[in-house]
Amino acid sequence: MQKRLAEILQEAKQELGSAETLARAEELRVRFLGKKGELTEILRSMGGLSPEERKSMGQAANSVRGEIERMLEERFTSLKEAAKNLRFKEERIDVTEPGKVKALGSKHPLTVTIEEISRIFQSMGYQIAEGPEIETVFNNFDALNAAPNHPARDMTDTFYITEDVLLRTQTSPVQVRTLQAQKPSIKVISPGRCFRCDTPDATHSPMFHQIEGLLVDEGITMADLKGTLDCFAKEIFGSQTRTKFRPHHFPFTEPSAEMDVSCFKCGGKGCRVCKGSGWIEILGCGMVHPNVLAIGGLDTEKYTGFAFGMGVERIAMLKYGVDDIRLFFENDVRFIEQFR
Amino acid sequence: MLVPIEWLSAYTDAPADIDTFCERMIMSGSNIETAEETAAGIEKVVVGRILSIEKHPDADKLVVCQVDIGQAEPLQVVTGATNVFEGALLPVILDGGRLPDGTVIRRGKLRGVESCGMFCSFKELGYDDKVVPVVFRDGVWILEEGSAAPGAELTEAMQMKDHVVDFEITPNRPDCLSMLGMARESAATFGAALRYPETRCGKESGNAAEHIKVEIRRPDLCRRYVARVVTDVKIAQSPWWMQRRLMHAGMRPINNIVDITNYVMLEYGQPIHAFDIRTLKGAQIIVDTAAEGERFVTLDGTERTLDAEMLLIKDAERGVALAGVMGGLNSEIEDDTRTILVEAANFNEDSIRRTSKRLGLRTEASARFEKGIDPALAAAAADRVCRLIEELGAGTVQAGSVDCYPAPKQAKPVRVRPARINAMLGIELSAEEMEAIFERLEMRSEKDGDALLVTPPGIRLDLESEVDFVEEVARLYGYDRLPVTLPKSSGRSGEPRARRLRDLARDTLVALGLDEIQTYSFVSPKQLDQIALPEDAAERSLIRLINPLGEENSVMRTALLPNLLEVLGRNNARSNAKAAVFELGNTFFNVPGPDGLPQEREALALGAYGPEADFYALKGVVEALCEKLGVSGLRFVSETQNATYHPGRCARLLLDGETAGYLGELHPNVAERYGLEQRVICAEISFAKLQAAAHPEIVYQPLPKYPAVARDIALLIDRDTCVGDVEDVIRANGGEILESVLLFDVYTGVQVPPGKKSAAFSLVYRAEDHTLTDEEVQIVHSRILQALSAQCGASLREI
Repeated sequence: MQKRLAEILQEAKQELGSAETLARAEELRVRFLGKKGELTEILRSMGGLSPEERKSMGQAANSVRGEIERMLEERFTSLKEAAKNLRFKEERIDVTEPGKVKALGSKHPLTVTIEEISRIFQSMGYQIAEGPEIETVFNNFDALNAAPNHPARDMTDTFYITEDVLLRTQTSPVQVRTLQAQKPSIKVISPGRCFRCDTPDATHSPMFHQIEGLLVDEGITMADLKGTLDCFAKEIFGSQTRTKFRPHHFPFTEPSAEMDVSCFKCGGKGCRVCKGSGWIEILGCGMVHPNVLAIGGLDTEKYTGFAFGMGVERIAMLKYGVDDIRLFFENDVRFIEQFR
Repeated sequence: MLVPIEWLSAYTDAPADIDTFCERMIMSGSNIETAEETAAGIEKVVVGRILSIEKHPDADKLVVCQVDIGQAEPLQVVTGATNVFEGALLPVILDGGRLPDGTVIRRGKLRGVESCGMFCSFKELGYDDKVVPVVFRDGVWILEEGSAAPGAELTEAMQMKDHVVDFEITPNRPDCLSMLGMARESAATFGAALRYPETRCGKESGNAAEHIKVEIRRPDLCRRYVARVVTDVKIAQSPWWMQRRLMHAGMRPINNIVDITNYVMLEYGQPIHAFDIRTLKGAQIIVDTAAEGERFVTLDGTERTLDAEMLLIKDAERGVALAGVMGGLNSEIEDDTRTILVEAANFNEDSIRRTSKRLGLRTEASARFEKGIDPALAAAAADRVCRLIEELGAGTVQAGSVDCYPAPKQAKPVRVRPARINAMLGIELSAEEMEAIFERLEMRSEKDGDALLVTPPGIRLDLESEVDFVEEVARLYGYDRLPVTLPKSSGRSGEPRARRLRDLARDTLVALGLDEIQTYSFVSPKQLDQIALPEDAAERSLIRLINPLGEENSVMRTALLPNLLEVLGRNNARSNAKAAVFELGNTFFNVPGPDGLPQEREALALGAYGPEADFYALKGVVEALCEKLGVSGLRFVSETQNATYHPGRCARLLLDGETAGYLGELHPNVAERYGLEQRVICAEISFAKLQAAAHPEIVYQPLPKYPAVARDIALLIDRDTCVGDVEDVIRANGGEILESVLLFDVYTGVQVPPGKKSAAFSLVYRAEDHTLTDEEVQIVHSRILQALSAQCGASLREI
């Protein structure tokens, strides 16, 4: 019997060693260890042995069983592993094929620019205010201290709907609306569409976008205006940006200024973008004219403030190097989709 | 405003370096458009004198000239110029010489005869046609006799080298529309002195008052009228220095009298007019308004019809000049004019602007008058004209002037508080430092307690209140020297709900693969016909612009779809294989809004063409958008009457029972008008209504505690029955335990009888507070099936 056990073990070793499939290995498991298996047969036939013999034979048989179980386990593992490896080989894919994600759409570049500018001012605590695109002559000109004969009022410059109603030429009327609706401290920016009688060409569009800013409080100075806009310029064009304020004239601010930024292309050395000057004009600004503050019923002795306005198209064109303003309104998807 | 530095330097000393000059002028408030060098790039051009002229042996139109260029041997020049003559002094470019446009001239043979140089015209020397004296427009430039010696370097001898700075003059500073005005700014900027021109005559005779009477009948429209008289006028060319200054300042020299009036206008900013006094009936000037419908021929030969509000300069019988705009043909200076009246007047700005606008006639004079001029200038400018006439020997100046000045302007001091100036600028200048700045600007100031009483010079019509002086101090102190600080004002950022929802919608639509477009707010009224909108649609009530750029931009849009379709059409025409776009923007209705202005309503249009464009895809986009905005209750119902869309593929969007828009496949007739042959899916939705219904706030729902029971059913229904209606019946009968209904298959085909379709729904039942029993589910499920059978004619089909 001892001999038979050794034979079984030897047989199992041989058979398992040459078992190439999981099915064959299962067959062998049934043959050696199953209910009708060879080992079970031996154990069953131990009935005629003495208790001592039974004990030692039982131990020997169990040890053989354990050994076969271990071999089976090993074989199963390696066969499963091989099967997986085969599957992996068969299931290989070309990872360089394109992904199946649905293409993202793109916001319009002017929206992207407005959002970026708005975010900067919102982080400085400005609220966003909006106003209508069709405005009163009063809000667009009179309340903004534009003289009755100011050239911008001409039909050659401004689109009129009636004698008293026009398409706003600037977002500044939102200043007027804000001053009438809020009490200081007032900190708002207002992005929006504006209209002027310009025939479209590479640098002119009869419709364009502006972002207007207004801050009114006690003790606001022109130095604060410089600081605020210098901060803005560094945020939008990079921290190395320098600013320059030049005197200018706007009816609704005094003193008024135009702000130039050091050219972000050449850093101020002079290039095509800045037309060799090293500086690029970005926006108009100034201290809110007392006549405008008075429209809002504010005490002009107590309160001062500053306002600024910039053209969104201009900033987008400079920032992205767009050379024709008409591209913004042609809406070729090959253009729009570059602003994802 | 073109300012030749050489001219400016007659009144003040400006820095020699042009870049320094420009930079500092800009920083003190005189913005500069361009600064150009005159006679730049001219090389080897000398003064020559023609010694002899002979016919060219082989060319009728050429002559051969021997030219003295200051050397032992004369230079031979072959020319086709017709205005040359023996003895003429003229510019000669030598072999290897260079013109401003870069042309290099080489010695060569012209029809076999050697030419060693070329005579030059003004144009070749870089002058614009519009400033070249008429006599030299079609020929070479013949220099004034005695102005230079042969051989002299031309640009030096004729002082042509200069810088011309083009200043951008803002509407508040009409005083800067003159050489003296800019000299004043320059003097203030560089702390230099200002030298006024000489206005006194040396030898006057007679008396102006004996020649002319002046009466102002409309003192409201004419503040001042100064008349001076010059006799023995000799019309001639003005000297080169004056011609050169005029040309560099952008004006064409005409003759001495006209040039002097133009010169003084540019010098002082005061327009001057000269009349031939013999044409003035009754030797009289009457300033009055024209008669309604009066006809008058201006200097340019045009007959114009005047109205009763237009100011007209008249003699005893008729109009002789359109005040402040243009003289009359009937009183023009002629070559044989002997006695002239020099007019320097001051007219009401609004009156001149109105006349100029009504007649569509804008002149150098009207442009200046309508911006406002100091009345004091009239006398000074008239005197200056006389002085120049005398200097140029162009006539004999009569002593005295006739000066009608009914209400002389009084200088008014303005109270200015240094503390206020400091507070606005964030600086700490002393009152004395500010006074020094005012003095540089020719202002007088005196202390008045803590304040200063500042009197600006008469020419500064813009300085009226304290804040105007804040700016004066700021710009001369230097904006660049103001400190840089941040406001101590606090603020809370925020944005209107409408804007937040708009941003949310944009983000969502972009995430769903659509590109955002932006199109003009003003459109063509024909757009609405293009999309086949009915005649009685609300969108037909259009807001028109009074002065549109053209018919195609003449009305405010009431719908976004037409523009969007144009964009799709354009993309298609440019061979872009697909496009899926949206626009979110205002539409404008001829209905008064809350503040009386026309109503602006936010709208959303979406559209797509290309392989992925599909009704259900776009519907899915709209549904996803509504989900993101928290808009519930949006329903799509079949719409067959909207002519913009395919009658079998159009849905009306209902929000709380109200129409909120349409979505569908574009009607092929409409698509064709936009050059779109393929299927286009599009929609226009009232974004205002979506905003009103939006609840984007997130509300947490506890997860279910008890299991759900799912039942799938396949229904056989008529092909024309809408699955949406079937779903409504299911929901209406589902009671509290029907958690969700999902249509997962619609099938027509061999296994379904003709005229029918199979619709498969997955129904999920669940109770909040216990595990549902089969009986409970069965009661509701049966009720649903009965209702489906009764209301939709639906029968169950085996799955």
